[in-house]
Amino acid sequence: MSSNALTDSGSAGRAGDKIFSTAAMVAGSLILFVLFCVAVFLVKESIPALTADPADLKGGVSFFAHIGALIVGTLIAAAIALLLATPVAVGVALFISHYAPRRLAQGLGYIVDLLAAIPSVIYGAWGVTVLAPALVPPYVWLAENAGWIPLFTGPASATGKTMLTAGVVLAVMIMPIVTSLSREIFLQTPKLHEEAALALGATRWEMVRVAVLPFARPGIVSAVMLGLGRALGETMAIALVLSSGPMIASLIQSGNQTIAAEIALAFPESSGVQTNALFAAGLVLFVITLAVNMVARWIVARHKEFSGAN
Amino acid sequence: MTVTTEIRSSRSALTRNKLPNWAPWAVAAGALVVSAAVLSLAGFNVWGWAVLAAVLFVAANWAVSFAVEGARKATDRFATSLMFGAFIVAMVPLVSVIWTVLTNGIAGFSLDFLTSDMQGVRGRVDNATAAGESPLMGGIAHALTGTFLITLWASIISIPIGLLTAIYLVEYGQGGRLARAITFFVDVMTGIPSIVAGLFAAGLFALIAGPGFKAGIVGAVALSVLMIPVVVRSSEEMLKIVPNELREASYALGVRKWRTIVKVVIPTAISGIASGVTIAIARVIGETAPLIVTAGFVTRMNTNVFSDWMASLPAFIYYQILNPTSPTNPEPSTLRAWAAALVLIILVMLLNLGARLIARIFAPKIGR
Amino acid sequence: MSKRIDVADLNVYYGNFLAVEDVNINIDAKTVTAFIGPSGCGKSTFLRTLNRMHEVIPGARVEGKVMLDGDNLYGSGVDPVTVRSQIGMVFQRPNPFPTMSIRDNVLAGIKLNNKRISKSDADGIVESSLQGANLWNEVKDRLDKPGSGLSGGQQQRLCIARTIAVKPEVILMDEPCSALDPISTLAIEDLINELKNDYTVVIVTHNMQQAARVSDKTAFFNIAGTGKPGKLIEYAETATIFSNPSVKATEDYVSGRFG
Repeated sequence: MSSNALTDSGSAGRAGDKIFSTAAMVAGSLILFVLFCVAVFLVKESIPALTADPADLKGGVSFFAHIGALIVGTLIAAAIALLLATPVAVGVALFISHYAPRRLAQGLGYIVDLLAAIPSVIYGAWGVTVLAPALVPPYVWLAENAGWIPLFTGPASATGKTMLTAGVVLAVMIMPIVTSLSREIFLQTPKLHEEAALALGATRWEMVRVAVLPFARPGIVSAVMLGLGRALGETMAIALVLSSGPMIASLIQSGNQTIAAEIALAFPESSGVQTNALFAAGLVLFVITLAVNMVARWIVARHKEFSGAN
Repeated sequence: MTVTTEIRSSRSALTRNKLPNWAPWAVAAGALVVSAAVLSLAGFNVWGWAVLAAVLFVAANWAVSFAVEGARKATDRFATSLMFGAFIVAMVPLVSVIWTVLTNGIAGFSLDFLTSDMQGVRGRVDNATAAGESPLMGGIAHALTGTFLITLWASIISIPIGLLTAIYLVEYGQGGRLARAITFFVDVMTGIPSIVAGLFAAGLFALIAGPGFKAGIVGAVALSVLMIPVVVRSSEEMLKIVPNELREASYALGVRKWRTIVKVVIPTAISGIASGVTIAIARVIGETAPLIVTAGFVTRMNTNVFSDWMASLPAFIYYQILNPTSPTNPEPSTLRAWAAALVLIILVMLLNLGARLIARIFAPKIGR
Repeated sequence: MSKRIDVADLNVYYGNFLAVEDVNINIDAKTVTAFIGPSGCGKSTFLRTLNRMHEVIPGARVEGKVMLDGDNLYGSGVDPVTVRSQIGMVFQRPNPFPTMSIRDNVLAGIKLNNKRISKSDADGIVESSLQGANLWNEVKDRLDKPGSGLSGGQQQRLCIARTIAVKPEVILMDEPCSALDPISTLAIEDLINELKNDYTVVIVTHNMQQAARVSDKTAFFNIAGTGKPGKLIEYAETATIFSNPSVKATEDYVSGRFG
């Protein structure tokens, strides 16, 4: 049995297979390794900040007090952005997919995709030079007429570089992203469901409500969550637009700060344990965005079976 | 057969209780007039007029429809108004962004702007420009070079790793434990905030090359962390849609797996992969945050990514606005920032258009 | 060229599921053998084990022996790549490589393996393979056009030309006509008749008339029920299977009483 004519194949060819599959596996594993490094690294660099003497840290408060304010600021900015952007983005996506004339829709979809690709630093530049000054009069008006609401306590910022402005810039920035993702989902609605609804005499809105929205709900949630992830991690728009300061309830005065902007502004001039504090802030931001992504994934997975998307 | 029914275009049974097509326009005109009248009492301004008219229109349109057509039609009209409203609300800031970049950018743009760097451009120079005594000085040659080199190195790092990982996932992983772990962590990586990627690269090189080490390559590593998951994702999608029959055809000819992948699978998917990679480049080319913590910022040309600080286009925009060259006369700096923003947007748009063209032109015909 | 195949006690598994049980069959060189049987009876699965193509599917494995002129396909140290270069395969749906021209499709088996050949040799192989697949006259003027531009029947003959270009001993065909119209089917059947002058041909078909027309011997596979393994029921001269089978199930099947 040893004289099998099929065994005398070139060993060189087999080596090629081995090398190639190993290379592919190494590349994949490298990603795991890099991510592991990111995590270990951030943790290791963060630890000194946790135990540091408050006197060595920025503002002379303990790390936890410092990061607490930053987390609040980050969440406020992202919340404003999400509140403003979600309804508009979903509306625009529906407009493009189901309301606009067919020929216009394709062009609009394309424009939205391009807008989603505009770098955030440009939105930031627009926010500080155009939007902030334009918002000063409404802020003054708000402070005069709605000042009794803590969010609008005066005196309004004279430059307009406030948390609300930053939130609006973030909203403008994430809106094309959420629109673009939602539009894709809306377009995937089974034509049969839509036609079934229309054949029953439904108006266009009723068709959207019974056929399109239920199908698209998990997709919208994940699009919004992706937008939230962007908003939480966004650095440049905030760094340029917000005139930062201590934590404050009013959205129309300068004050507050987000994690990402704090890192970008402080890192180039920081040293020693202050650098460690910035790494720790980065770690916190990483964990928050990770949690948001996980929740989004969980929601999508949970709703998938009920969406009729099969 | 004789037609006995007279065609009544105006009032057939099917058009009963339906508002004529001009009704919304009439309502809109009414809303504009009424809100103008109201505002003229309280002091007129354009934005207030637009907002008030819009609110009036939506309400009146609903009310008229409710009275004539009934609740269902009224709700439908209300929803339609909201969709149009959302679209208009969204377009205002976005058009404003584009308009600002275009008008200011073109004003600051010139050929010199592309070919000169910022060496020697100090506050005094800008003060002279602001006083109208000299033209706008300085440019983005150094920043363009930096952006090009950093993005190039990021691509050199990301594309092989990303593509090989996608190949592993599609061709070798077969849903195994490692493949599932990689898929999961690529997802995680997609969500890494760009500033955290920058911190990681900065910290990594601080460990290797000593604290405070900043260079183009550090920025490239940071951008790679952001770029790899995008490349993996898009390449994976593209490899997955290559029909299995082609792989089997190749195996049945006695071709080895790796040759099948390199010569059959990848060529079939190459247009999609190339377009995905182009989108990934377009995404990282505008990243600012990772670069300002990793590559630093300088005013002169540096073509060596492995030593010394390096400028980049997004960082240029950021610093020109945040720290104007002349604090007393920030206008020249702002103008430069807008011109740079225009160049950056054009780059991003070209990359996106290029990606679409690649996908369309080089797509293989898997016709049946 | 052309070798015989002898299969002894072959079991095919998908994971723990026994898909095909205990097949013994001897296929002579330079004959056409048809595998017939109802859907899901394991005839295609079994065909794939004859050139180890089943290994492409995760979890598929075999027990037993498949001898190619006395050499065991599943012997230790045997490279499936070597096996496949000697036992070619044609698939259900025509699958020319979309990125390659007609000429490159024919040369795919050689070029993909990076063998260097002179242009005149390559031209010779292209012409003789396309002649052998009865396609030369139809495509000789457009060899540089993409193969996907051909009709379905032409594409399938292109795939056969691609297979014979690597000069195999055996050609396996997995329902090669099921995606084709009757005229293209006829062309392929004529081609199969010519191919057996040089090659051992094994063909899986759903079409009993086709089996009767093209094959010398026929093997009938059947399955007792879902979840049960497929089995080789009867293997004999084609004329015997269709006129005077020895097993009741075979008779029922070929006379159209079930399946």
